[in-house]
Amino acid sequence: MEHIYEKEYGCLILKMPAELDHHEAEFLKEEADQLLLKYPVRSLVFDFADTCFMDSSGIGVIIGRCKNVRFSGGYVKAIHLNDQIQRIFQLSGLKKILEVE
Amino acid sequence: MEYLRNEMKMEFLALSSNEGFARVAVGAFVAELNPTVDELADIKTAVSEAVTNCIIHGYEQKEGSIWIHCLIEGRQVEISVVDTGKGIRDVAQAREPLFTTKPELERSGMGFAFMEAFMDEVEVVSEPGKGTGVTMRKIIGEG
Repeated sequence: MEHIYEKEYGCLILKMPAELDHHEAEFLKEEADQLLLKYPVRSLVFDFADTCFMDSSGIGVIIGRCKNVRFSGGYVKAIHLNDQIQRIFQLSGLKKILEVE
Repeated sequence: MEYLRNEMKMEFLALSSNEGFARVAVGAFVAELNPTVDELADIKTAVSEAVTNCIIHGYEQKEGSIWIHCLIEGRQVEISVVDTGKGIRDVAQAREPLFTTKPELERSGMGFAFMEAFMDEVEVVSEPGKGTGVTMRKIIGEG
């Protein structure tokens, strides 16, 4: 999974794993936090293009990174959600917390 | 449609790498009921939540085993997920949305809420020091 940092825009695109459960969430947290330390991030994008499954473990990862980036005035959004992930966003209230495209 | 009756039991170690295995195995077992894509996603999410609870809370990421028992009777599937971990002192509190004993692990407290949202019925039986059993039921093909 290759995350992308666009220096020009200060934009970090996190490529979400195929199945975002507790197991994968642990790896993702670590990778994301390393990148957030390394780069000045003005906008953070969670890209779900390759993700077919997500459970409640994904919610904590997303909220945690959102807080982090917003604390320094950054902007957060999630893109390419399939129907299952849309439902998880809806049910958990994540839809009210960050922009979904 | 003929009346189906089928049963499956499995036991596996409480490792996070088995979360995917568990939900896919249950999903495959339920396939004979011809669930819709949404119904299958519901079941897989609920199983994933229950198994993750066993690993993080029941065994606190230490060694242990998890048992899953699936029963198909007619259009209903019943799934039990059991651990012999530390148990839950206050089940009603544990089931409240957003309640978590592990905020430091960034747990959202939505596990039981998701099981309830995605399944028709969820029963939790737990005894501190003995373990926890979660039984979930869902009718497939309600439309």
